[in-house]
Amino acid sequence: MHKKIPAFVRELLGRRDYAIIGELVEPGTKVLDLGCGDGELLKWLADNKGVDARGVEISSERVQRAISRGVSVYQGDIDQGLKDYPDQAFDYVILSQTLQETRHPRQALTEMLRVGRRVIVAFPNFGHWRMRVSMLLSGRAPRTKLFPHAWYDSPNIHFLTVHDFEELAALEGLIVERRYFLAGADEVRALPNLLAEVAVFMVRRP
Amino acid sequence: MIVETNTVRFDSITLDSGAELAPVDVAYETYGQLNAARTNAILIEHAFSGDAHAAGVSPETGKPGWWDNMIGPGKAFDTNRYYVICSNVLGGCRGTTGPASINPATGCPYAMSFPVITIGDMVRLQRMLVDWMGIPKLLSVSGGSMGGMQALEWAVACPDRVVSAIPIATTARHSAQQIAFNEVGRQAIMADPDWNGGDYYGKQPPGRGLAVARMIGHITYMSDDSMREKFGRRLRGKENFGYDFDVDFEVESYLRYRGSQFVNRFDANSYLYITKAMDYFDLTAGRGSLGAAFEKVLARVLAISFTSDWLYPSYQSQELVRALRTRNCDVAYVELPSNYGHDAFLVDVAEQTDLVRGFLANTFEKIQ
Repeated sequence: MHKKIPAFVRELLGRRDYAIIGELVEPGTKVLDLGCGDGELLKWLADNKGVDARGVEISSERVQRAISRGVSVYQGDIDQGLKDYPDQAFDYVILSQTLQETRHPRQALTEMLRVGRRVIVAFPNFGHWRMRVSMLLSGRAPRTKLFPHAWYDSPNIHFLTVHDFEELAALEGLIVERRYFLAGADEVRALPNLLAEVAVFMVRRP
Repeated sequence: MIVETNTVRFDSITLDSGAELAPVDVAYETYGQLNAARTNAILIEHAFSGDAHAAGVSPETGKPGWWDNMIGPGKAFDTNRYYVICSNVLGGCRGTTGPASINPATGCPYAMSFPVITIGDMVRLQRMLVDWMGIPKLLSVSGGSMGGMQALEWAVACPDRVVSAIPIATTARHSAQQIAFNEVGRQAIMADPDWNGGDYYGKQPPGRGLAVARMIGHITYMSDDSMREKFGRRLRGKENFGYDFDVDFEVESYLRYRGSQFVNRFDANSYLYITKAMDYFDLTAGRGSLGAAFEKVLARVLAISFTSDWLYPSYQSQELVRALRTRNCDVAYVELPSNYGHDAFLVDVAEQTDLVRGFLANTFEKIQ
């Protein structure tokens, strides 16, 4: 039931969610990456897809590295930072592995859909069976290879599963254009809520 | 690298106030080579007390330029790649026409008959210089403090003439606190009897007032941390208090020294006129909002502020960056950690260098 993803999308900059985002983004578009870190995905998209790449990142050090590699990144908070942008300013707004870290995920999603025509969200699936087993057997906040943090050190403040996101998308009346489920380097084709470690969704308003 | 200051004279300039200055001189320096396509020119804007000597060694004084750590071969503004220009501002006293210049109508220095100038006037004169050089579009306009105001003014006033702007430790409008410090400096000068209504040329200049003004300036350029680090409570050349009003503390000695040095190289009336230009600077004036002011901006922008800068605090950079975002401008911004206060953009340049280098390289790539 695991189907190998073609080699060229298996990994991008060492990350499988990046590989999928790299595939999804159309050339020559305007892209905003929230929580863009060092700007490596943006740099890749600018160099390989000719996109107009912008980013928001909270860490001064990471912003410095991103700007130094030639990416336009703004040092600021995602929860606060989106409201300055005009409506539909971007073709894509990307939130990679950060939704679970935002204080107001639903509000963040709504704002992303305001400033971007399409939103690409990648997040770790807390519904994965290892999480469930870890919690069931240990009776403690789950810790796995993918989520190694102790509860008090974890940047993750919201614990969502594939089903949870699908539910929120339905609640917001969103159209899910693409969904990818990953376990390791492999694509998950069945029981994603149980088997996927990472989910990537591309959604838009109708 | 020995660099000489050149001067070019233009017939006249009309100012924001409606006054006309004729003729008008501009002192400038250039570094590096203009490429055949004329696409690699960068205009550097000096801060309040700077001059055209931004880089290299002056044959006159033997001193390096005020941003020599940022401009030169392999540096942030890499003169192996870019053609870098810096000119003394209008109203200055280092070669460009200012209150100490001779008024051709009277044969005497202008003194207080010099018209009040604005940041917009400074930029207008720079545009005349750039036109005269035959440069259709600047790859970048960059500067810190008042230099950053000019960089912003360029992006707003001449949107089709600048590909990018790098405003550092600056603001889109002078705040009450900034105006207040400038006013104290002006009052110190004007309270000096030697100021004599501005008419002191050929006589004793108002050195005491100007020195006090500069001392205040230097306090605002540093931070509590940097002053504690640099001076602490150390005494100057003595073991115990003198129990008099000579210099006791290192910090007093430093301020007195900087004040007295300044008197030798700066004209008190220029101090009055240039600080006034800064105080008048407000990009929202007549436009309603900063977002409206940035409506026509086409330049990519890299804004930088420093954590310990309390004279031009980060909120001012953030304000202008947010307004640029409402216009969907291509803007990068970072607040750099530094203990050096407002002076950071001049002295704490390691991280600033990486940022400027990457931003310029990417900007230059985009126009190829």
